[in-house]
Amino acid sequence: MSHLQSVIHPAGIQAALVSHLWWILFGICTFVWVAVAIAALIAMRRGHRAASVDLPESRIGRNVAFAGVATTITLIAIIFESVVIGRSLNTLKAPDALRITVTANQWWWDVQYENPVPSLRVTTANEIHIPVGRPVGFNLLSNDVIHSLWIPNLQGKIDLVPGRRNELWLQADRPGVYRGQCAEYCGLQHAKMALVVVADPPEQFEYWLTANRASAPAPVTPEQQRGKDVIEKGPCAMCHTITGTLAGGRTAPDLTHIASRSTLGAGSIPNTQGYLAGWISDPQSIKPGNRMPPPGLASDELQAVLAYLETLK
Amino acid sequence: MRSRSTLILSLLLTAAVMSSRCERETRRYKELPAASNRETAVRVGQLEPGMPQQKADVKSPYQENAWGIGEGKRLYSAYNCAPCHGVNGGGAIGPPLMDDAWIYGAQPDQIYATISQGRPDGMPSFGGHIPAQQIWQLVAYVQSMGGQVRSTTAAGRNDDQMGALPESRRGSQVPVQTGHR
Amino acid sequence: MMAREEKKPRLVERDTRLESDALGRERSLLDATWSNGRGLIAWMAETDHKAIGRRYIVTAFGFFALGGILAALMRIQLARPENTFLSPDLYNQIFSMHGTTMMFLFAVPVVLAMGVYLVPLMVGARSMAFPRMLAYSYWMFLFGGIFLYVMFFLNTGPDNGWFSYVPLAGPEFGYGKRADVWAQLITFTEVSGLIVATCLVCTIFKMRTPGMSLHRMPLFVWSMLITSFMVIFAMPSIIIASTCLIMDRLISTHFFNQAEGGDPLLWQHLFWFFGHPEVYIIFLPALGMMSEVISTSARRKVVGYTEMVLSMSATAFIGFGVWVHHMFSTGLPQLGQSFFTAASIMIVIPTAIQTFNWIGTIWTARRLQITVPFLYMASFFFIFIIGGLTGVMLASVPLDRQVHDTFFVVAHFHYVLIGGSTFPLLGGIFFWFPKITGRMLNRRIGQVSFWLLFVGFNLTFFPMHLLGLDGMPRRVYTYPTSMGWHNLNLLASVGAAIIFVSLLVYLVNIIVSLRHGVVAGENPWGASTLEWATTSPPPPYNFAPQLTVASSEPLWHSELAPPPIVGLAADKREVLVTYLLDAEPDHRYPMPGPSLWPLVAAVATSVMFVWSIFQAWGVVWGSIPIFLALVGWFWPTKTKERLEQGVRGRMTVSESLS
Repeated sequence: MSHLQSVIHPAGIQAALVSHLWWILFGICTFVWVAVAIAALIAMRRGHRAASVDLPESRIGRNVAFAGVATTITLIAIIFESVVIGRSLNTLKAPDALRITVTANQWWWDVQYENPVPSLRVTTANEIHIPVGRPVGFNLLSNDVIHSLWIPNLQGKIDLVPGRRNELWLQADRPGVYRGQCAEYCGLQHAKMALVVVADPPEQFEYWLTANRASAPAPVTPEQQRGKDVIEKGPCAMCHTITGTLAGGRTAPDLTHIASRSTLGAGSIPNTQGYLAGWISDPQSIKPGNRMPPPGLASDELQAVLAYLETLK
Repeated sequence: MRSRSTLILSLLLTAAVMSSRCERETRRYKELPAASNRETAVRVGQLEPGMPQQKADVKSPYQENAWGIGEGKRLYSAYNCAPCHGVNGGGAIGPPLMDDAWIYGAQPDQIYATISQGRPDGMPSFGGHIPAQQIWQLVAYVQSMGGQVRSTTAAGRNDDQMGALPESRRGSQVPVQTGHR
Repeated sequence: MMAREEKKPRLVERDTRLESDALGRERSLLDATWSNGRGLIAWMAETDHKAIGRRYIVTAFGFFALGGILAALMRIQLARPENTFLSPDLYNQIFSMHGTTMMFLFAVPVVLAMGVYLVPLMVGARSMAFPRMLAYSYWMFLFGGIFLYVMFFLNTGPDNGWFSYVPLAGPEFGYGKRADVWAQLITFTEVSGLIVATCLVCTIFKMRTPGMSLHRMPLFVWSMLITSFMVIFAMPSIIIASTCLIMDRLISTHFFNQAEGGDPLLWQHLFWFFGHPEVYIIFLPALGMMSEVISTSARRKVVGYTEMVLSMSATAFIGFGVWVHHMFSTGLPQLGQSFFTAASIMIVIPTAIQTFNWIGTIWTARRLQITVPFLYMASFFFIFIIGGLTGVMLASVPLDRQVHDTFFVVAHFHYVLIGGSTFPLLGGIFFWFPKITGRMLNRRIGQVSFWLLFVGFNLTFFPMHLLGLDGMPRRVYTYPTSMGWHNLNLLASVGAAIIFVSLLVYLVNIIVSLRHGVVAGENPWGASTLEWATTSPPPPYNFAPQLTVASSEPLWHSELAPPPIVGLAADKREVLVTYLLDAEPDHRYPMPGPSLWPLVAAVATSVMFVWSIFQAWGVVWGSIPIFLALVGWFWPTKTKERLEQGVRGRMTVSESLS
């Protein structure tokens, strides 16, 4: 197993608390199961040998009552532990937190880094960079149906409900790449609605953020220029945005820094040139039913588009 | 004897049921409907030379398909059709689409050509911008707005504030070709 | 040796006074009165609770097989990463159909069906209350199931899961008629479920044989009573929900449209207010079956009868207060969540008490017989307990927000539902098979089937816990190779194949035993309850003479048996109605006989239900045939029975036949 998406390999405070709770409950439950199983086996053995002593009803009743009381005490302890951990999970809301708005769509994630200055906002998709050691608060919205944002190594899930705004708070304690996935059934391609979360050291994160504020670089070679033209004048711009170009569609992932992302199709395939070519020419085979139609580009147009997209670091 | 014939009958029935596909429910996101090369030959006016010609009956690939119509409805807002034609097709600076009047024809291939080629006085050409499959989906949705699609296939209401009855409840209309006014 | 012999409870012996010619004549007369002729028409007009119960059970297991095939298809698809055996569209339909089938067409109908067959026998009644309504409910269930599967084969199977969350299942995103089919199937099954529950409550409250006061009722009857009340309280919620959904979709109402003042979360509240009690509706009858089988195997009364009854009632009550634990991740306020955490954890206590009582019963058994049914029941302690304990984990908000909607939950509820209901149910079928068919199931094949199921089940579902912890979400048609989930998935698929084989062996056992099984006597297991006091299979009138009881284990305490009751007519279908608490005789009541009207009414209702999916006016026009059918059904007939109905008043218990 890769543990990229694991509840019991926490990389943040919240997930660590829950993992801690899991191991406590696991211990208690294993003990109870073993006790019940052993009791049942002994009972069957004794019962099978025909009880030589008849236990009076009152004594059995006392034993049952004792077991019942023990169960109740254990359960109350579990409730207490659960509520305490639940409360401590909610204490992260800090004023200096990084605020990110994630809007779920069928079947991809739109990610926007909030900033009071509009020009300093960063828009990306299906990949979230966060700084290590700083609380991150997500505003969660949905454009269509109910989705659920779940990054198990960092925090439990919370739903993105249309018409509501939910919040999710988390903090990564060690740098790394984690995987998240939509956890509420959201239709045809629910299975391929993943995202990548990259926890960077703070300075590296700031570097990434600054780099992503920039518009797309101007094309250098003629082929790149041709690719840009195809995108602007062809079907791509109907849905996709590339800042600094005429492409300004708002219904599909922002491509301004597509080349810096590690996956395509919301975590469906790795972002390499070969996969990108495959995705552009036939997205419906890779992720059947997703909202990107085959754009029907000629092969030289495709090559030009690829050459241009390569430059969008 | 009776039980055997019952068995055979029910097997036949099952086979018949299984072999018939429900066009309304298929999700044809893979195969592209044969894009109409005929669009250049589509007639958009009523004036024509010579004897009136038999119109080729072009079937809209998504007309009977709820998924295609639903996708068309989504694209209608995604591709900004609404600002000109109205959120519910009631018309604004563009002509209304929910009535029975059709300037450039109500046949599917005519609607296709209208979207694809654009029309004078404001309708842009989307031919190079929207792939054929999605234009056909838009065609089916536009047909449903004009009451040319079965109510069981047309789209229901949106999760929005409601301005008009959804397409599935508008009732059928006989399209009238009005020509350019 | 002698002392031990004496301790054995005395099994009841036939009272020689009853083996008279008079009784023989009475029985042949009753046979003529209560039996329903042969032929297709008679088959369609059947109202005998045993026939309908049998049909219910067989039909429900038919749907179980279909649901199982769907599960097998899913396991094939998930056995390998990036598999293309099923398209996403088909996979989504299949998992929705699997859940819908198992919950609405198998689990609930089959446990209610066990009640339909057994409860009148266990309470010593000649018939079930409202036999024609019962027939109607069966037809509705059958037509609903057929409707769902025909639509599925027409590529119109529901594809929004068995929970149909809006807005995904709403008018904007639920294209076509798939969600309507789901919503209308719910209507079919709700109608049939509510009717069965009503029939069961009335039978249990008013038709228990004299002497069977509430505290002498078998635990299975108690479980069915409590279950029936849960059905009556839970199902209106889903009826409201599915009706609102279908109205949103068909006539553009706005119950779940947040832009017009509706709320998508309202759907979840309504659904789970029904959906969680639903689990206990499936689970409680299984507990009742366990009590009967364990008591029989242990040859003693279950320890703590009162605690058992109170526990089941408490489960039913608390079961209505835990629904929000399905919605912990929707972002509800913290305080409210804590309440539901507490309720969800506290519901463990009643089940724990019952478990301890069973263990106490087995511990103090008088020579425990480890029969095949007992094996199925005993597996509860090993399988269900795991499901119950993971349930405690899921009640904790922080942990639930991690594993909610993952394979951990899939593992949890299969452990609960299969371990807590299907295992006891298969044991129950094994146990009551001789009563239903007159022949025993083969013990050896039964053991093979049980152990295959036990191994296969754990192999399939245990790995899912680990998959869930490692982040595999539910309802995904495939997963990437890089996640490393494929080995455990393959293991689960192998386990599923073993389950498939084990159920096949069970089926073979049934088919073989129907012809070649050992002929069972009246009471092959030496059980204590009344259904074992009549022939196997029982005659159409169940009992003659009407037995009376003076103990909660009437067949083990024949020395207490009061004389049977006389005075019920043998030349017409007459049953004895008794008082609720002490079951003292109240009056005789004529039961309606076979009739085609329930079938006609069910056809008319089904036509209306299906029509209304496609046209809103179908509700109006489709109601006319229903109205006509009901008029025909309830048309007053001036029969002798009706005229003599006014005979009320206490009857004497102590007369004997001779």
